[in-house]
Amino acid sequence: MHPAFSVILFTVISGAGYGLFILLAAFHLAGIGPAMSHGELLAHGVASLGLITLGLVFSTGHLANKKNAWRSFMRFKTSWLSREAVFAVLFYPFAGIYGLGVLLQGAAIGPLPAMAGLIAAVLAVITLFSTGMIYGCLKTIRQWNTALTPANYIMLGIATGTTLFAAIATVFGNATAMHAGVAMVALVSAAVLKAIYYFWISRVNGPTINTATTFNRATVRLLDTGHTAGTFLTDEFGYDPRKDTIDNVKMGVFLLGFVAPVLVFASILSGAPAGIAWLAAVSSLIGIGMERWLFFAEAKHVVRLYHGAQTCTNSLAEPARGRTSVAPVTDPTDARRWELGDTPGGSGS
Amino acid sequence: MRLGLVIDMDTCVGCHACAVACKQWNTSGTTGALTDYRPYGEDPSGVWFNRVRHYEVGDYPNNKTVNIPMSCMHCQHADCVNVCPTGASYKRPEDGIVLVDQDKCMGCNYCAWACPYGARELDREDGVMKKCTLCVDRIYDEALPPEERQPACVITCPAHARFFGDFDDDNSEVSRLVRERGGVKQMPELGYKPVNTYLPPRITRPIPIDDVRANRLVSSVKDWVNKMVAR
Repeated sequence: MHPAFSVILFTVISGAGYGLFILLAAFHLAGIGPAMSHGELLAHGVASLGLITLGLVFSTGHLANKKNAWRSFMRFKTSWLSREAVFAVLFYPFAGIYGLGVLLQGAAIGPLPAMAGLIAAVLAVITLFSTGMIYGCLKTIRQWNTALTPANYIMLGIATGTTLFAAIATVFGNATAMHAGVAMVALVSAAVLKAIYYFWISRVNGPTINTATTFNRATVRLLDTGHTAGTFLTDEFGYDPRKDTIDNVKMGVFLLGFVAPVLVFASILSGAPAGIAWLAAVSSLIGIGMERWLFFAEAKHVVRLYHGAQTCTNSLAEPARGRTSVAPVTDPTDARRWELGDTPGGSGS
Repeated sequence: MRLGLVIDMDTCVGCHACAVACKQWNTSGTTGALTDYRPYGEDPSGVWFNRVRHYEVGDYPNNKTVNIPMSCMHCQHADCVNVCPTGASYKRPEDGIVLVDQDKCMGCNYCAWACPYGARELDREDGVMKKCTLCVDRIYDEALPPEERQPACVITCPAHARFFGDFDDDNSEVSRLVRERGGVKQMPELGYKPVNTYLPPRITRPIPIDDVRANRLVSSVKDWVNKMVAR
């Protein structure tokens, strides 16, 4: 899948914002961790709402017809994209009532704003779940069509939220071992979940060129895609980064997204200045940005089968079918050939 | 009613006439224009509702070229409609045709992601999704003579490899063809229940090839010379 930059920015930034809000609600309303000052509560709240809003603005970036964006609330009954939009907007009034309570009453807010804050935190989790389900519900992309997809979106949002939460707390001199500990637990859980996802997608099966063309008992090879230049389909689904690029980015996801932030928090716990928590926050956001790029880059849409791919798996060691002399047809790494619709079978190979 | 197409992979010659006729009719139809990008440039591209792809099936000498024209399958379980957040994509209850309301579409591409058959293409000029309408502006047009109330691709096919009709009617030509020729669906495992059905190539007597070229002295020498001389 072609990774749309606006969608990567949207899901990473608003995901971190929702995660930050969930942490704020957990620490403030459930009473985990130290008491927070009026200023610190407001700083967390403004930061999370700012990130969420910025992300939602970015999310309209990939729309080809922005003037109809308001219509995306219309199909709540069937569409996860619509549900995400509705929950994302529904979050605001509850977060607003909670924020108003904090603004007027300080840390000791009344039951009504507290209840609104809890509901907003639940809506934040539901919004993250809906974002994941946008991808998770697509049967056309085997790498996304799993319960791990929404689970990853929720955990990565919370993990980036915890690093931001710990970083903002240092500004008010309120960072405790609890902040660092919660961040480390969230980061490690998210890393394990992401590792399970990468393990799983390296083994999935799905439709093949045989089921796509209906010839289930014979070798099928593409002779010609029927077009000389790229099409909407090859632009959108034909994205094929090199294997070593994928491996390098995956390394970056784990190093920047999880290992570096955990090391930062571990060193804070063993006496380093608390201010370096900002390093962990920035590092995890960059790492999760790379994770989001990889999420798209590794997703193989079944339309690729009609353009000559034998399977839509991520394994490069595809079972070789038929003659080996026309191996280029089955080689999924040859992006240029795929995009240009070259005809290896018919060009006298 | 469940309207759709039957496409005969036995008789299709892969001439792309259906794709061109589709483009010609629909570019001035209800969801036109089908925008072309760089039509006179080096790499002309554009929006098409119907694309023909060519495959080699089987291994030599038991191989065969099969041409597969593909347009919207007007699925019974159309996920493209379910995922659409705006309600622009809809499936008509009366005849099962899947359409896009161009005035409501916000161009998010989500329906194209949900379609396994590559039937939907974004028009980058208009910023909206476009797709096969099954020539809805033609098949119900009472100003046309009855025999012309068919999709443009069906009327134009010179090999008579395309058929249009109602799959709910057991006595329609499409139902009869599917029954008699063992019609098959693409990627049935995904559960979209596509309406368009493909007729597999007929099983024919293998054409003997072992007597094409007798193994004589002259041909053996020729083969040896051809191998030796670099071209």
